[in-house]
Amino acid sequence: MSRLAPWEDSFEQLCSLLLSSLTPNEQLSIDLAGEHSHFMRLNHAKVRQAGTVTDGEVTLRLIHGQRTATASLSFTGNTAIDSAAALDALRDLRQELPQLPEDPYLVLPQNYGSSHEVYPGQLLSPEEAPEAILPLVQGVDFTGIYGSGEIVRANANSAGQRHWFATETFFLDYSMIAPSEKAVKATIAGQAWDADKFQAQVEEAKVQLQSLDRPVKTIAPGRYRTYLAPAAIAEILGMFSWGAISESSLRQGGSALAKLREGKTLSPKFTLSENFSRGTVPRFNSLGEIAPEFIPVIEAGKLTNTLVNARTAKEYGVASNGASSSEGLRAPEISPGTLSAAEILAQLDTGLYLSNLHYLNWSDRVGGRITGMTRYACFWVEQGKIVAPIQDLRFDDSLYTFLGQNLEAVTDFRAFIADVDTYGSRSLGGALVPGMLIRDFTFTL
Amino acid sequence: MEFDLQRALDNLQLNAEWVGLRQVSEKAATRYVRDGHPEDNQISRTQGVMVEVLANGQFGYAATNQLDPQSIQAAAEDARNQAIAAAPWAVHSFTPAVRPKAVGQYSSLVQQPSNAISVSDLVGLMTQVCETLKVSDKVVQTSALAQTVETEQRFVSSNGSDVYQRFFFVETDYTATAQEGTVTQKRTDNGQLARCYQAGLEVFDPGAVLARAQQIGQQAVELLSAEECPTTTTTLVLAPDQMMLQIHESIGHPLELDRILGDERNYAGSSFVKLSDFGTLVYGSPLMNVTFDPTVVGELAGYAFDDAGMPAAKEYLIREGLLLRGLGSLESQARAQVPGVANFRANSWNRAPIDRMANLNLEPGTTSFEAMIGSIESGIFMESNRSWSIDDYRNKFQFGCEYARRIENGRLTTTLRNPNYRGVTNQFWRNLVQVGDRSTLGIYGTPYCGKGEPNQVIRVGHASPVCAFTNIEVFGGAA
Repeated sequence: MSRLAPWEDSFEQLCSLLLSSLTPNEQLSIDLAGEHSHFMRLNHAKVRQAGTVTDGEVTLRLIHGQRTATASLSFTGNTAIDSAAALDALRDLRQELPQLPEDPYLVLPQNYGSSHEVYPGQLLSPEEAPEAILPLVQGVDFTGIYGSGEIVRANANSAGQRHWFATETFFLDYSMIAPSEKAVKATIAGQAWDADKFQAQVEEAKVQLQSLDRPVKTIAPGRYRTYLAPAAIAEILGMFSWGAISESSLRQGGSALAKLREGKTLSPKFTLSENFSRGTVPRFNSLGEIAPEFIPVIEAGKLTNTLVNARTAKEYGVASNGASSSEGLRAPEISPGTLSAAEILAQLDTGLYLSNLHYLNWSDRVGGRITGMTRYACFWVEQGKIVAPIQDLRFDDSLYTFLGQNLEAVTDFRAFIADVDTYGSRSLGGALVPGMLIRDFTFTL
Repeated sequence: MEFDLQRALDNLQLNAEWVGLRQVSEKAATRYVRDGHPEDNQISRTQGVMVEVLANGQFGYAATNQLDPQSIQAAAEDARNQAIAAAPWAVHSFTPAVRPKAVGQYSSLVQQPSNAISVSDLVGLMTQVCETLKVSDKVVQTSALAQTVETEQRFVSSNGSDVYQRFFFVETDYTATAQEGTVTQKRTDNGQLARCYQAGLEVFDPGAVLARAQQIGQQAVELLSAEECPTTTTTLVLAPDQMMLQIHESIGHPLELDRILGDERNYAGSSFVKLSDFGTLVYGSPLMNVTFDPTVVGELAGYAFDDAGMPAAKEYLIREGLLLRGLGSLESQARAQVPGVANFRANSWNRAPIDRMANLNLEPGTTSFEAMIGSIESGIFMESNRSWSIDDYRNKFQFGCEYARRIENGRLTTTLRNPNYRGVTNQFWRNLVQVGDRSTLGIYGTPYCGKGEPNQVIRVGHASPVCAFTNIEVFGGAA
């Protein structure tokens, strides 16, 4: 840890100052999110944009009686600057609280126990990254994003709890594009740059590219046997975090999984869990709660647990399992099945092999219906043999069907699909998912 | 903005072809009430400086929230090191011509400043909105969101630029969810967060706000017993609050030059439009006139200069159906050698600018709403986006709306629920047969246009009249 290592002391000093300035009737929780990141945007195996971002944000939640309000502000690591700004924010919150109504679902800070996790990495310096990466991809149309550096998450509160999570990671999320404009999409991510591993990935992708550089076959809309590779399944899994598995969305009429609560089931081949044992994301949430290391969510098709945070728990009188404020999946994994990689094409027989899906949305949330597009390396398969890449197709189907009676098989292997989102800040974690073979998957355009 | 950006620039010790400093300071206040109870009351502040350095024909950047001379010097050196390390691999060799000297100011037009309404009164109004949305026990959830954002931005550069722009944004969202048996329907205020403007607190006129809340609640309940939208091919009339999404997804994104140049192929996607299409491609019917216009007062993405210093101006992208110009910044114009617009925009100090939409509008035609509906024997009128999906080349789309009505023999008749439609971009726009006049114009926006690597969400505005399209596939919800 280089640039952000001193932040732990700075954060601790800031917390001590703020907590010691509280009046007896006040309670406070303090969250920190920060990063020092190097980004390099690539196109045509060249650099489009490159730079660094050093950013930190501290969020204060002040409670007095039954009222609460939140302030977020820059965290720079400079104790004098951060202290002055945070005390100003605290003053603003004190002025604001009397103007707000009481919050019946207020969650008070608790001491659930403290944690300290630091995962150092071996990363390329920003200056050496172009020379380390780009020579390996010359001669192919390579586009994507390289992100690297330190990420910090921390939490403290007036009940005495302290959490610190720091990690050094990198990702290179890329597409290698054939003249046909079809592409092989891949990611390499971790805590130590491995040039040999990356080169092996690139060489394997070059072979796959040859199979894509063939005339594209147009497939008519209809229902087809379809293999969804792990990256495609990760896209579908992402929908579970958007108005689906959240307890509050279920209670408030916004969940696509309401029918599971009413007793409907998915295929017994489908099992979904939250598993924090991989250590890629912190278990604590913004309320300071700590999620269990393992949460079964859907077991053999039956809804076992929704994701619940303390606020939802208080509102509806249920138990919290330390979910995030949005009650989305943070460390998801889908259990493997029995279909081996070698058997995929044979068992698919005639149908579609889809590497990736794109731009998913609920077309009828209550009905669990999802629409989206095929993307990247997608093929028409006949009698177990790849025939041709396809012109992209739109699907529109209900998860109650394609993860229900039409889920024919789940692969016996899984892939870790790293979360490479960088909206506002670099994301942590990812999903561990298998591939799936679906009967009669519905394509509409 | 207390930090002296010009002095920080003047004090830099750096060997470079060009240096620019862009400071952003933003304060956002969020008031969110759900079911009449406070859900979130938050004040967010962010500030920082993006240093851009041009060295050896390559830009490098470094963003920092430490606003002191030493940190700005360190950031400038980081940025220069990035430029020099990347220059041998540069996708294009740039010159300072893509950062022209720009001097000027801009401020959003505001009638009532941010302190015109007290916190308690604004939260009280949001609570009243929730109460008004709940028109019956069938309304199971209500919510009201008011967000005000004040953004200051200053840009100075080694070639004399000095631009100060001050923005005031007001973003609102009022939602009612109704439920009866297994049927659930949601209705919002012209689509989720569609009412976003550069404005002041005059937006919160209680009479107007509560009248809209009443209608939202009533329509949510009305949808519970409405017929399912039929599956058919028919004439589709779209309200401005759905045209917004249609313009955004099937005109805005495919015309972004950085997509056409391939920058987005690993993320948001490419485009069916080729560089050779500008000046030749018939994008839609002759009724189609599309402008890029950051000068529209009150629309969400107005400004005087983009983040490269290019002065903002209204430009026709499509005139009488013919594609003329792309959404490309000076950098993209230099790479692509086609005309563009002032659209090099970053969402904050911690991201580098890229080609974005700003205000992208469909110009009004000559048909009144009554005349348009009156001319249609059979069709469907859809309002307010609720679902959106389109392929990575921006061809095959499927969009869903909150609320629809049948058009029968020139009249709006029964209400329909779960309305969806699908199509292919050019075919769809070539089926544009009627464009409403200025009386039908609606101005909306979204704060959530996502794009770029690293990712950025940015504010965009869209204005459109009501429009009619023939031979469109429409359908309803899950069987």
